[in-house]
Amino acid sequence: MSSLNPESPAPVFAAGQSVTVASRASLGHCRTPFYLRGRPGLVVEVTGRFRDPELLAYHKPGLPQRYLYRVRFRQTDLWPDYGGSAADNLDADIFEHWLQPTTEETAR
Amino acid sequence: MTAHDHDHAPIVDPDRPVSEYEVLEQAVRELLIEKGVITAQEVHAQIDATDSRNPALGAKIVARAWADPEFKAHLLADARSALGTMDIDTGNLAELTVVENTPDVHHVVVCTLCSCYPRMILGIPPAWYKSTAYRSRVVAEPRAVLHEFGVELSDKAEVRVLDSTADMRFLVIPQRPHGTEHATETQLSELVTRDCMIGTGLPRQPS
Repeated sequence: MSSLNPESPAPVFAAGQSVTVASRASLGHCRTPFYLRGRPGLVVEVTGRFRDPELLAYHKPGLPQRYLYRVRFRQTDLWPDYGGSAADNLDADIFEHWLQPTTEETAR
Repeated sequence: MTAHDHDHAPIVDPDRPVSEYEVLEQAVRELLIEKGVITAQEVHAQIDATDSRNPALGAKIVARAWADPEFKAHLLADARSALGTMDIDTGNLAELTVVENTPDVHHVVVCTLCSCYPRMILGIPPAWYKSTAYRSRVVAEPRAVLHEFGVELSDKAEVRVLDSTADMRFLVIPQRPHGTEHATETQLSELVTRDCMIGTGLPRQPS
């Protein structure tokens, strides 16, 4: 699939890196759930490059493709009154343009 | 609508009232056929292909993974390539990721944004999978939801919810039941339920 874009940039993030999901509104369709926006997580895998669903939703070709990452969130970082084990996690696939490196400012 | 004069059997059962969406589907389908965009044969072939995908296919894959550690490793590393070795048509297989439940980690799959599901392996998702209650609760209180499904987990095990937010679909290999050391692959596959491949159930115990 990466042949669709000859430039094929390298992924910005790597497995093991701390990231934070952007806390912003979307102008239309997007695949970033609200409950994860602004939350810190850890990249566990770069899953590949895919057509941008925010463009596909409007019948555009979805190019350039976006890197997709499996990001692991601690449940206790998502829900302040989480009732399960502190070891519980949630994995979600998040596109690169919704992720930013976790900095002192974004870390809570 | 014109009389049904095509050379194919009707798809909608005429003996019961049809819903608005069924009428809409039928109207669009008949127009597409009339205008030569698709053929009735293609519609029926796709219905056949969809119907042929059901949890029995997933059960066969899980049983093979239980029986053959090499296949399991291949499946976990590259599902599409592993399924190719089982003569499973991977032509229209979306991106599939297979995960394994162990005594330490229990995976459970959801799609909070809509109803993404490994249809190419498990067929049509159950109604509850698409319900707002399941989608909103399993991410926030997975242990309570699993308890309602009859799945009790040790506090020591990690519960890992997989939210199918994008292009990847997830299939869970449940823990192989004890007492199945001498079971054949066919016997093993009979223990694999649809729900245990979503993570909301456990496999049947051997009788």
